[in-house]
Amino acid sequence: MKLFKRLVPWILLAIALFVLPAILSDFRLNLFGRYFALAITALAIDLIWGYTGLLSLGQGIFFALGGYAAAMYLTLNTPSQQGGNGIPKFFENFGVSELPFFWQPFNSPFLTLACLSLIPALVAGVVGYLIFRNRIKGVYFSIITQAALMVFFHFFNGQQKLINGSNGLTTNTTELYGLLVGSSDMKLWFYRLTVLLLPVAFLICRYFTTGRFGDALIAIRDDEQRFRFAGFNPVPFKTIVFIVAGGLCGVSGALYTVQTGIVSPQFMSISFSIEMVIWVAVGGRGSLVGPIIGAVLVNYLQSLVSEALPELWLFVQGGLFIFVVVLMPDGIYGWFTGGGLRSFLASFGIAQKARTYPKIDEQIESLQEVVSTTPTDSSA
Amino acid sequence: MAETLLELTDVSVSFDGFYALTDLSLKLIKGEVKSIIGPNGAGKTTFLDVITGKVRPTKGTVTYRGQSLVGMSEQKISRNGIGRKFQTPRVFDNLTVLRNLELAVSPRKNALSLMLDPLPMAAKDEVHRLMSYVGLAPFAGTQAGSLSHGQKQWLAIASLVAQAPEVLLLDEPVAGLTDEETLRTAELIKSLAGDHTVVVIEHDMEFIRDLDFDVTVLHQGQLLTEGPLDEVKKDPRVIEVYLGTTED
Repeated sequence: MKLFKRLVPWILLAIALFVLPAILSDFRLNLFGRYFALAITALAIDLIWGYTGLLSLGQGIFFALGGYAAAMYLTLNTPSQQGGNGIPKFFENFGVSELPFFWQPFNSPFLTLACLSLIPALVAGVVGYLIFRNRIKGVYFSIITQAALMVFFHFFNGQQKLINGSNGLTTNTTELYGLLVGSSDMKLWFYRLTVLLLPVAFLICRYFTTGRFGDALIAIRDDEQRFRFAGFNPVPFKTIVFIVAGGLCGVSGALYTVQTGIVSPQFMSISFSIEMVIWVAVGGRGSLVGPIIGAVLVNYLQSLVSEALPELWLFVQGGLFIFVVVLMPDGIYGWFTGGGLRSFLASFGIAQKARTYPKIDEQIESLQEVVSTTPTDSSA
Repeated sequence: MAETLLELTDVSVSFDGFYALTDLSLKLIKGEVKSIIGPNGAGKTTFLDVITGKVRPTKGTVTYRGQSLVGMSEQKISRNGIGRKFQTPRVFDNLTVLRNLELAVSPRKNALSLMLDPLPMAAKDEVHRLMSYVGLAPFAGTQAGSLSHGQKQWLAIASLVAQAPEVLLLDEPVAGLTDEETLRTAELIKSLAGDHTVVVIEHDMEFIRDLDFDVTVLHQGQLLTEGPLDEVKKDPRVIEVYLGTTED
């Protein structure tokens, strides 16, 4: 059993890498690739919300920044995308003749790889440090992150001349290593990359949530003031996890963008960032397995429901969220590890009876057995 | 001449015009144990808030070893050696007893060292010593949130001692404890006296008597009187504001 438990992650990884591509159609496989990319975001949110108690409603910022970084590289490095004056075509529509300066780093693949996680991390660091240093907590933190999200949304939405505004950047028609990004071969590669990066994200989150640093995060969540009185400054701790979460969201956004074929300011819509939080709540916060389950399950359900009954999805999502909050406060994974079906039945009044002593009257020897095996504890 | 460790001079704290402390001046000598009593609303907890940096005094100075504490952050004051136990036992509910103490005992309190350095052996030993001293050794792996009230009090006190502060500020350390636990707490506090400077805020008169140290009486944010308990109890002003109404 112990061996089996240790093998489970490897078995799941093998299934995702070899079995799913064999049995699923290209279309479905691509969808699963997207779910796994979103699961990285869910992990990041669990790190800051589930462990540190920071409910950020603005992770869409970092997600979109990562997505834009990837899309900008692809747009710049595809010959068919270039217009007359050597810069991407869409600039012509707005009369721009020179590449804006912040596009320059995205000519290089290595700088792009660094930027797609470092830029979101940097933004998270600056925003986070200012918020945490001023001791903004709880609901106010959530409101400020949402406000920041709106600022970024409107900036990206309005700047046609810089970043193609509300149209976003299409990556489906771009090329990478001579392959069309939208082609099914390329998408298979992106799927594999995502499946390999998800465990990496998992390990990164595990590094920060175990050991003494992880204890400190939980202490901040439980009682931040008490943590200060123990001599710790919570600001660096919170800033560090916010930076890590920002970077992870950036990677997640880049993987999602190349698999959906477009990045647009809609990645920074308020509802999308709230959905991210719902995945974590449904899957189970405060554990690292829960958010992955939540992200994959909720998004898979979304695809299925949207295909069958397109108008119904938002109702289903709302209902699912209420169901989980009321009946599974610890999410699906927390529910499973904490009693599962038994606690579920108990909430409907069908509680399982606790085990009692063996029938003492009939089997007197069983009582003697209990007495003789009870350790005589003198320290009590 | 004994060394003055902590000194409050003319400290006033006003919350929107309501004065929780009015021109309070108080000295703490190194190694002394002070019990502070006073009716509800006398400003006892605010007094601790001012020292530990939770509340900034409206007026007056607080100095610790000649250094002003006004405007210093809570964590800095704590690292300088002033530790505090809160009125309600505040422990980290989702950490085990062991982890609670390991966090408190950590000699270096920055994020990087928590990430990279292992806890020194001496600190681990100290944690185990404290755990068995307060009788929580069998609960080392228990989540602090599921301990009983008394056990949480003990854990809170043990965490405070684990921080190795020079000044211990204890806000109602025996509230909700059984008689036996109260006795043991008194013993613990007495054993800390001498090496440490201790301030105990308490309502429990028996406990104050057990401790047998000088008593300071606060009333309406002001110092009413100081002295041994028996003398203080005879003071007519004290009887009027406090003992006359609460002791039967």
